[in-house]
Amino acid sequence: MKAEMRKYRFEDHISDAKFEAFGDTLEQAFESAALALISLMWDRKVVESRIEYGVKVTGRDEKQLLVAFLEEILFLRDAKSFLLSQVDGIRIDRKKSICILRAFFRGQTYSESVPTYGDVKAVTYNEMKIEHNGQFRIQVVVDL
Amino acid sequence: MEIKRTGKVEWEISVSGNMRVPVIVYASECLLAGVRRDMTLTQAQNVACLPGILEKAVVMPDGHQGYGFPIGGVAVFDKENGVISPGGVGYDINCGVRLLKTEYDADEVRDKLPALMDGIFQDIPAGVGKGGRARIGRKALEDVCVNGARWAVANGYGKEADLQRTEEYGCFSGADPGCLSSRAVERGIPQLGSLGAGNHFLEIQKVESIFAPDTALAFGIHSPGQVLVMIHCGSRGLGHQVASDYIRAMENEFGFKDLPDRQLIHAPLHSPLGRKYFRAMASAVNFAFANRQMIAHGVRDVFRRIMGKTEGMDQVYDVCHNVAKFEKHRVLDRERTVCIHRKGATRSFGPGRKEIPAVYRDAGQPVLIPGSMGTASYVLSGTREAEERSFGSTAHGAGRVMSRHEARRRFRGEQIKQEMGNRGILLKSAGWKGVAEEASQVYKDVDEVVRVSHEAGIGKLVARLVPLAVMKG
Repeated sequence: MKAEMRKYRFEDHISDAKFEAFGDTLEQAFESAALALISLMWDRKVVESRIEYGVKVTGRDEKQLLVAFLEEILFLRDAKSFLLSQVDGIRIDRKKSICILRAFFRGQTYSESVPTYGDVKAVTYNEMKIEHNGQFRIQVVVDL
Repeated sequence: MEIKRTGKVEWEISVSGNMRVPVIVYASECLLAGVRRDMTLTQAQNVACLPGILEKAVVMPDGHQGYGFPIGGVAVFDKENGVISPGGVGYDINCGVRLLKTEYDADEVRDKLPALMDGIFQDIPAGVGKGGRARIGRKALEDVCVNGARWAVANGYGKEADLQRTEEYGCFSGADPGCLSSRAVERGIPQLGSLGAGNHFLEIQKVESIFAPDTALAFGIHSPGQVLVMIHCGSRGLGHQVASDYIRAMENEFGFKDLPDRQLIHAPLHSPLGRKYFRAMASAVNFAFANRQMIAHGVRDVFRRIMGKTEGMDQVYDVCHNVAKFEKHRVLDRERTVCIHRKGATRSFGPGRKEIPAVYRDAGQPVLIPGSMGTASYVLSGTREAEERSFGSTAHGAGRVMSRHEARRRFRGEQIKQEMGNRGILLKSAGWKGVAEEASQVYKDVDEVVRVSHEAGIGKLVARLVPLAVMKG
């Protein structure tokens, strides 16, 4: 839990949820953001890594890429009843003006045994920040 | 920022900077103090800068900080030169409220409440990751998106009269499911007929007091103690995906460099992309109407099983509070068709408007305002003043005052259930953390919100409803 707390932290936001996520690399910070996001929805430690999805998303800039990446978690939740537990092998490449992210999502399908919390409807650009100052720091507001 | 008082509960921020129109805020002093603490008014000023906006941007009494548009934000755009903004509709397209009345008295249902709630909890899927029970394919989903609640009624969910008592008669025109991405369709198929989570809920309520007996009677609400059922939910993942898809598409087409807030991305109404978004949004509006129709049908089924009969279990009304649509309004002293964005605001049409079903045309449109979990909800009636002052709009709920994070620090779900239990309110939820986030203390006082609506003339008080049992998604 301690290690996880260093990866992200929640800030106060009046109607929605705002978090900061950290990493030594952009990839790590993205992964931390994914963990922050799922912490709002279910207890990932109870989710078993039974299924794997290879994920590829693109964006015109890092922020659009971040939205697409986090939205992929919501998409798989709704369309496949997939509960994410961990993100592996995350890699971000840049080809001309396009950022491409590849990763593996591991988790399981919905089951009564996994405690769930609130809903996240979408990932917004509101107050979004992606900063690099020795460490990568991401700030995201999600719509609940 | 300078804000001047223009009425007892009306305030104005004059045009400055890039604003094209002023901002009008409906609030009491205490509600205004609340919105001044966060970004609500800045966000309203940003809306006032959008191309083609006419007359004013309006903030409702329950206004609070959103992203892009504030929640409780209303703006109208010129049909020819205006824009449409997915951020001005919100992610939960046609999030809305449906109210069913019954002919049961609270005393008759009290002993049966646990059984009713068990039945509802069992029959109506709620919570994170929970899909609906309807097994539909892609073709049926397209049908849902074109025909809305009409599809549901045609397929055995509810009755024709329900459609009469639904905004847009349960079927929003202009939908084209061909404008939905395959991801939106894939998110929609498994979720039809489910409540969702977060602030969505289903409540068994009773009438506590009636303020306008004639109007109440027209709405089928006749006496204190009468039992009603309120359903609050939206277009689920399908609607969320439509918003995300079109925000991205508009960014890629128009860029976002000049925007004060990237979430305010928009497209000209007449651009191919603007039209396409409208058709996709309309599809999500219809999905939500069908969704609430199916949930209402499920509720009637449970009542039939547990209580024996459902005579008189008629729909009072169904309103959407996240939507963009074309409506006729008197704008800048001339009647014109405009594209109105209501984000967290309810349509409030006064007597005589042709959009209101004949049964309510003399009374005005029923306006349904849910309170927070465990507090009162209200029925109001739409007014002509609302048409003059707020483009026929009023508040949509209580409006948050505390973050969910803070709420989780302060409250425990189990403890809230206990407290509600002490007040005789039964609570069932898919998750405790979510219960803490929705504690009534995190919301504005709904009583104050509706009082301001009434005082501003943009929604007239009809009845106050209090919960008997709550199912939180």
